[in-house]
Amino acid sequence: MSLDKLPKPQELSQVDYKPPKTGWMDTPVDFRPGTYSFAAKPKALEIVGMPNPREWQPHDEDWKLPPDWKEIVIEGMRDRLEKFRSFKLFMDICVRCGACADKCHFFIGSGDPKNMPVLRAELLRSVYRQEFTRFGKLLGKLTGSRELNIDVLKEWFYYFYQCTECRRCSVYCPYGIDTAEITMMGRELLNLVGCNIDWIMSPVSNCYRTGNHLGIQPHGMVEMLEFFADDIEDITGIRIEVPFNRKGAEILFVTPSGDYFADPGTYTCMGYLMLFHELGLDYTWSTYASEGGNFGLFTSHEMMKRLNAKIYAEAKRLGVKWILGGECGHMWRVIHQYMDTMNGPADFLEEPVSPITGTKFENAKSTKMVHITEFTADLIRHGKIKLDPSRNDNLVVTFHDSCNPSRAMGLLEEPRYILRHVCNHFVDMPENTIREQTFCCGGGAGLGNDENMEMRMRGGFPRANAVRYVHEKYGVNRLACICAIDRATLPPLMEYWVPEVTVSGVHELVANALVMTGEKERTTNLRGEPLKQTEGEEDV
Amino acid sequence: MGIGFSLTAVILLVLIAMVGAGAARLEVLFGVVFPYLALVVFVVGFIYRVVMWARSPVPFRIPTTCGQQKSLPWIKPSKVENPYTAWGVIVRMALEVLLFRSLFRNTRAEMHNGRLAIGSAKWLWMAGLAFHISFFTIVLRHLRLFTEPIPFFVQWANRLDGLFDLAVPTLYMTDLLFLVSVGYLFLRRVFIPQLRYISLAQDYFPLFLLLGIGISGVLTRQLFKVDLEAVKELALGLTQFHPTVPKGIGLSFYVHLFLVSALVAYFPFSKLMHLAGVFLSPTRNLANNNRMKRHINPWNYPVKVHTYEEYEEEFRDKMKAVGLPVEKE
Repeated sequence: MSLDKLPKPQELSQVDYKPPKTGWMDTPVDFRPGTYSFAAKPKALEIVGMPNPREWQPHDEDWKLPPDWKEIVIEGMRDRLEKFRSFKLFMDICVRCGACADKCHFFIGSGDPKNMPVLRAELLRSVYRQEFTRFGKLLGKLTGSRELNIDVLKEWFYYFYQCTECRRCSVYCPYGIDTAEITMMGRELLNLVGCNIDWIMSPVSNCYRTGNHLGIQPHGMVEMLEFFADDIEDITGIRIEVPFNRKGAEILFVTPSGDYFADPGTYTCMGYLMLFHELGLDYTWSTYASEGGNFGLFTSHEMMKRLNAKIYAEAKRLGVKWILGGECGHMWRVIHQYMDTMNGPADFLEEPVSPITGTKFENAKSTKMVHITEFTADLIRHGKIKLDPSRNDNLVVTFHDSCNPSRAMGLLEEPRYILRHVCNHFVDMPENTIREQTFCCGGGAGLGNDENMEMRMRGGFPRANAVRYVHEKYGVNRLACICAIDRATLPPLMEYWVPEVTVSGVHELVANALVMTGEKERTTNLRGEPLKQTEGEEDV
Repeated sequence: MGIGFSLTAVILLVLIAMVGAGAARLEVLFGVVFPYLALVVFVVGFIYRVVMWARSPVPFRIPTTCGQQKSLPWIKPSKVENPYTAWGVIVRMALEVLLFRSLFRNTRAEMHNGRLAIGSAKWLWMAGLAFHISFFTIVLRHLRLFTEPIPFFVQWANRLDGLFDLAVPTLYMTDLLFLVSVGYLFLRRVFIPQLRYISLAQDYFPLFLLLGIGISGVLTRQLFKVDLEAVKELALGLTQFHPTVPKGIGLSFYVHLFLVSALVAYFPFSKLMHLAGVFLSPTRNLANNNRMKRHINPWNYPVKVHTYEEYEEEFRDKMKAVGLPVEKE
C-alpha cells in the first residue's frame, strides 16, 4: 500500500479511544488491508526447515493448519513456560493497572484496546489461565480464561505482528513486564504451526543462505561497495580500498545489509568506508557474515541463534582480534543481550582495543564486539579525526533513539556526543520521547513492509509528532538515527507526517564533516547537495 | 460481569461470618480454625508459587535499561537506572520495591486536534504507594495484638499513626489513607473506559475484599468498640498455639477476621503474588553487564547453521570472478 492510498494525515490522527461495546473476547479480529502483513511464502520456510510451509494469507478463511495444531501450540507453551522464567512470571503477576496502556505507539496511533500492552498480553494469558491454572479452568470467562481456538490464533497473529517489540511499555511497568518477551513467545508459538509473515521469513531464509537479509550474493556485495568507492572518489578525490574476507585483519566489520542496499543507508555506509580509510584501519568486511541485523529475533530464539552464529564463526575463520558493529537497532539487542550467551564464549578473540587511541573497550571484554558510535566517540574525544562541522550547516539535526540501543543497552550519549561534534545545529526532541522513553519508528520487528503501511503510519505517529514539534520550533530538517530499519521506515513516516524532514545515519554526518588527508575541496555533501556557503551563523 | 461477581462474593463472605460466628455460635471455627487454615494455605501456597517460578531458568540476561550504559570512561553511566554492578541492581530493586520507581515515570498521552501531548501522571503512583504504605503500617500496628511485651517499633508505629487525634478512640491516619487509596484504585477501574475494558473478576475481588477489611476494621474499633483485651487474648493464644476464645468479642471482629483470613488464603492463587514476583523479574533484577560478563543459558543447545564451507560451495565461482579469496580452489 503506497502512502497516497492512505487517508490524509489529518484524518488518520483523529483517533477514537473509546473501547468497543463488545468485550475483548467477543470482538473478533478484522484483517483490514493496510493493517497487517502478508503470510510467508512456502519456499522461505523450506530453506530453513520450518514447519507447515504452504500458500496462504491471513485474510483467508482457512489457514491450512496441521490437524493437531492446538496440541502443538499448548505443548509449545508448556515447553516455554519451563524454559523462560520471564514468560512464566509475566503470565502470572500482571495486576492490570493499565500504566502501560498509553505507552504503546500502536495504541496511541490506533486507539485499538488490544494494542494496549496489557491486553496484548492478556490474549496469551487468557489461554494460559485456561490451560495452566486451576482458577482459570474452574471459572472460565469470568477470570478472563478461554479455550484456544482458530479465532484466538488469528487474533494472536494480528496483534503479535502488530507489536514492534520496542520495550517502551516495560520501562513504565511496576514489575518490569516486557511485552517484547510476550510477543516473542507469541510469535514462537505461531511459528510452530506455520503462521509467519513474509517480510520476516524471506529475510531469514536469505540471511541463512547468502549471509544477509536482502539476499545479496558475494559478488553483488563487492560491486555495491565498489560503487560507493567510486562515489566517494567523485566527492573527495580520494580512492579508497574496500577489503573483503581478508584473513589476518585486526577487525571484522559487520553492519546491516540495509546500509549497503538502499538510500539513505548507503550514505551511512559510505561514511564507514571514509572513516576507516582515513584512520588506516586494519579491518575487513565479510560477504559471509554480511548481515548485522537478525530477523531471527522476530522469529524464535532458535532462529536468532542460527543466524547469529555466522558472526563469531567468520571472526574465527578470518583470525581477527575483535569485531566492530555498525549502526543498527535490533542487531544490537542481539549482539548485546544474546550473542555471547548463545554462540560464545568468544575466547578465540581478544579484548577490543582501539588501534587508533589505545582505548580498551572494557564494557565489551567478553562479547568482544564494539558499537561504531562507541568507537567513533572515542576517536573524537582523543582528537584523532579532523572535523569541519560547518559542512553540515544546511542541517538542523535531531536524534531518534532506536528502541533497542536505548532500552536493551543504554547507548544514549555516544551518538549525541558525535552529533554535537559533527554538526553545529543539534537539538533533542521533548524528553518524554527520547532516550529510554523513545518512540518506535512504527515498523520495527519485521513490520516495515508496504502492505502494513497504515499501521506503520499510525504506530509511527508519536515519533513523527515529536519530530514535527522540533521542526516547527527549531527548524529541524534532519532526523538522525543509528538503525538500518529506521533508515528504511522513517523516510516514508516523515514524508507522510512531516515532509520537510529527511533521515540519515549518524556516520553520514560524520563523513560529511570528516576532513580527509589529501582530499580535494568538497563542494557537495555525500548526497550530492551543494554545501552551504554562509558563515558565522549562530548555534541553535 | 466481574464487578458484580466479586462484590457478591465479598458480601457472601461477610454473611457467612455473620451467620457462622453470630447465629451459629461457631466462634472457634472463625476465630481459630479458619485463621490457622488460611495461614497454612498462605505459607505453603506462597512457597510453592515462588519455587515454581524459580524452577524456570533465566536463559538470557534481558534487563530493560533506563539510562546511560557503562561504556567509555568519560561518559557518565547511570548506575541505578542502568545498573552494571550488583550494588546498582540492589539499589534499583530497592527503589522499585519501596518507592515504585517505574510507576513514578508514568505519563499520560492525550490527543488535541491531531497533536499528541504527553504529560505527567502521578495519581496512580501516589495512590498505589499510599495504599501499600498504609497497608504495611496497619499490619505492623496489628502486631501489638500478637506480642507481649509490644516491640518498640510497633509502639512507635501506633503512636506516630495516631498523632492527629481525629476521633475517640484514636482514628489512625493510615486507616483513612487505606480506604481512600483503595477506593481510588477501585474508582479508576470503573471510570477509565480502557481500564474497565481490561478489568477482570480477579481485579475487583481483592479490592472489594480490602475495602471490606478496612471498613469492618474501622467499624470494629470506632463504632462497635469491641473488647480489645479479649481480642489480644485470642491473638496471643493463636501465636502460642494455645488458642482460647474469650466470650463477648463483638461480631464485627469476626467479620473482620474472616475477611482477613479469606485474603490471606486467596493471596497465593492471585495476582497479589506480584509481591514476590517483582523480585524475580529479569528485566529489573539483572545487571546490564552483558558484554562484560558472559551469561550462561542452562539449556543452550546446538542448532543447525549454514557453515562457511556450504556458503563457499554455492558461491565459489561468483566469488572468484570478483577476486574474493576462497578456501578451496
